[in-house]
Amino acid sequence: MDLNLTDEQQELVSAVRSFLTDRCPSDVVRASEPLGFDAGLWDAFCAMAGPTIGVPEKLGGGGASLLDLELVCEQIGGHLAPVPFVEAAVACRSLSSSGDPGGPLLDGLLSEPTRVATVALRPAVDGVARLVPFGPVARAVVGMDGDDLVVVEAVGDGVATANLGSSSLADRSLRGPDRTVLASGESARVAHALALDEWRTLMSGALVGLGEAALAIGVQYAKDRVQFGQPIGSFQSIARDLADAATLVDGARLLAREAAWAQVDDEEQFAPLASMALQFATRAARRASNVALHVHGGYGFTLEYDIQLYYRRAQAWPLRLGDPRRGAADLADALFGPVEGA
Amino acid sequence: MDFRLGPKSDAFRAEVREFLDEHLDEETIERAHRTGTMHDKAFHRAIGEQGWLAATWPAEYGGQERDPFEMTALRDELRLAGAPTDGMGLSVIVCQTIRRVATDEQKADFLPRALAGRICMSLGYSEPDSGSDVASIKTTATRDGDEWVINGQKMFTTLAHVADYVFLLARTNHDVPKHKGLTMFLVPLDSPGIEIQPVHTVGGERTNATFYNDVRISEHYRIGEVDRGWDVMTVALTFERGGFGLSEADRVWEQAVAWAEGTRRPDGTRVIDDPYVRERLATMRTNNEVARLLAYRTSFVAATGGLPGVEGSMHKLFYAESMTSDAAELVDMLGAEGVVQRGEDGAPVDGWVEHLFRHAAVTTIYGGTSEMQRSIIAERGLGLPRSGR
Repeated sequence: MDLNLTDEQQELVSAVRSFLTDRCPSDVVRASEPLGFDAGLWDAFCAMAGPTIGVPEKLGGGGASLLDLELVCEQIGGHLAPVPFVEAAVACRSLSSSGDPGGPLLDGLLSEPTRVATVALRPAVDGVARLVPFGPVARAVVGMDGDDLVVVEAVGDGVATANLGSSSLADRSLRGPDRTVLASGESARVAHALALDEWRTLMSGALVGLGEAALAIGVQYAKDRVQFGQPIGSFQSIARDLADAATLVDGARLLAREAAWAQVDDEEQFAPLASMALQFATRAARRASNVALHVHGGYGFTLEYDIQLYYRRAQAWPLRLGDPRRGAADLADALFGPVEGA
Repeated sequence: MDFRLGPKSDAFRAEVREFLDEHLDEETIERAHRTGTMHDKAFHRAIGEQGWLAATWPAEYGGQERDPFEMTALRDELRLAGAPTDGMGLSVIVCQTIRRVATDEQKADFLPRALAGRICMSLGYSEPDSGSDVASIKTTATRDGDEWVINGQKMFTTLAHVADYVFLLARTNHDVPKHKGLTMFLVPLDSPGIEIQPVHTVGGERTNATFYNDVRISEHYRIGEVDRGWDVMTVALTFERGGFGLSEADRVWEQAVAWAEGTRRPDGTRVIDDPYVRERLATMRTNNEVARLLAYRTSFVAATGGLPGVEGSMHKLFYAESMTSDAAELVDMLGAEGVVQRGEDGAPVDGWVEHLFRHAAVTTIYGGTSEMQRSIIAERGLGLPRSGR
């Protein structure tokens, strides 16, 4: 057993962390609202670690593992960075495993990684994928339309649907002249299921980072804020909630990293672990941001304090895929097989 | 990163399974649950003869120098098998402490017998009025010539009725702050003046209240320096919190899944296909996975030279609290039959879910309450100011 990161992973994490600390303070996050995307930040981010780092080396990518990507996503989430790294990394890997049909687009992304590719997590209805993450700014959308896994190369209209998490969301058509079918039937379903498990894992990483950062804000406030002549962190009811949240965040981090590790080293367990990771990271991030907001007292619900940025996103981000309790049902399918006769 | 325990641990796990097949029968498990005494002399002796009470010890003590990942495998398998291991856990804590603080003469007397599993130890810290605030104990030890005379009462002296010694903390000095007037003793439980009364718990385990009335012991039974008993306890506590593995929740989850997959409702549908059942079992599996990871992390910290203080507290807090809430969910999931106890006809999951519900409440208390774990996490982990207790 080894829970330490490799030297290369530590370098990657520290490079991403110092970049985002420098380039993505909370006023950048606020300025990106309501679009939920910062083009300048994304360009600069891609110059350091673009989404094609997860594409195999033999196809011209960086050869990063899902675990490497998960570590990047922890930092993305920790800074609430308004960039499409999670979805773009998943889309690039989906294209790279599609063989010839996705080849030309993948080559285009490799030479111009700032071009946003995204994934429609939920299947299209009547050809339209609803509330696609980074749909407003994506120039390529990978998703399921009926029995087909398709990619549509078209430019978004740059307008986000107003939403709780100030995420970049818009409906996107998965039909039209610029569409390429990547796979059909069973192979399409298998490919998309893998993409969803990768998304679950990377989103878990982002939520872990979010939870960790929200907790740190809450802890600092509890140390600084004095009431009744004492720092409020010395009151047991406050310390207790923060300790619970810290435990959940640590557990969520271990589980998200285990899921990412399993994708290479324990393949059979990957799908259930990805579902577990998302279920638990959702719980941890929501609890941590809720506790941290509450610790702020009245300031916690003012827009002026940053904690509300975390609180809204912790609720909203996991919903890109749908009801989290539905996720528990998906996990049950992975663990116990499908319902008899269903 | 690598989330596997590794080949050495896996090989030892196989060895432990083989041992359990040979030395642990259903009757031993059943008797432990029936009596609430989670200790079996013959099984304890077999574990001792196997060298596993000294599994982590250096070779000079006859130990096997096993690493934390091998110990995790040992604990996992004992737990999954439902083995009665209280005597093992308590004896190891006392022996580890003796090894660090006792005289050579004491080590030569106690360690070989204890590590071979021929004798068993119990702990005497808590008292009726001193639980988490253990330094406030009232039991006294007074010097009388070459002897010590012990008077007082201890609470939760688990296994005292079958053990040979109690590792007893007593007040030896009333004129100093409460932490500085304590001394540790290893009191033979067959000494005149000791009375043992059973205390039965909601978890089905039997523990004891023990009474000490002019119990006379020689200097040989004083462990560590006079008035330095708090330091001795601190050493002992580090062994109470280190190195964890799977829990009862993992064992009962597997049993509940097997039951739900193999049981049909009157309408012919499988229990496992009920959406309420599926969601609960899936959610509990996630919690168990997190508990396992937090447990294995303590082994990793220990294996890499650290002391898993905050990590140990996080594991203890999470596994006990989630086991408690998950056990309640599982009892509900079984519906009206969820209350039927082990041994009754038609007890679902052989009554293990009902048992888990009662057992889980105990785990949030013993070995440091959830409240104490949260304080440790808040103060040592998050750096929050020390709270008023």
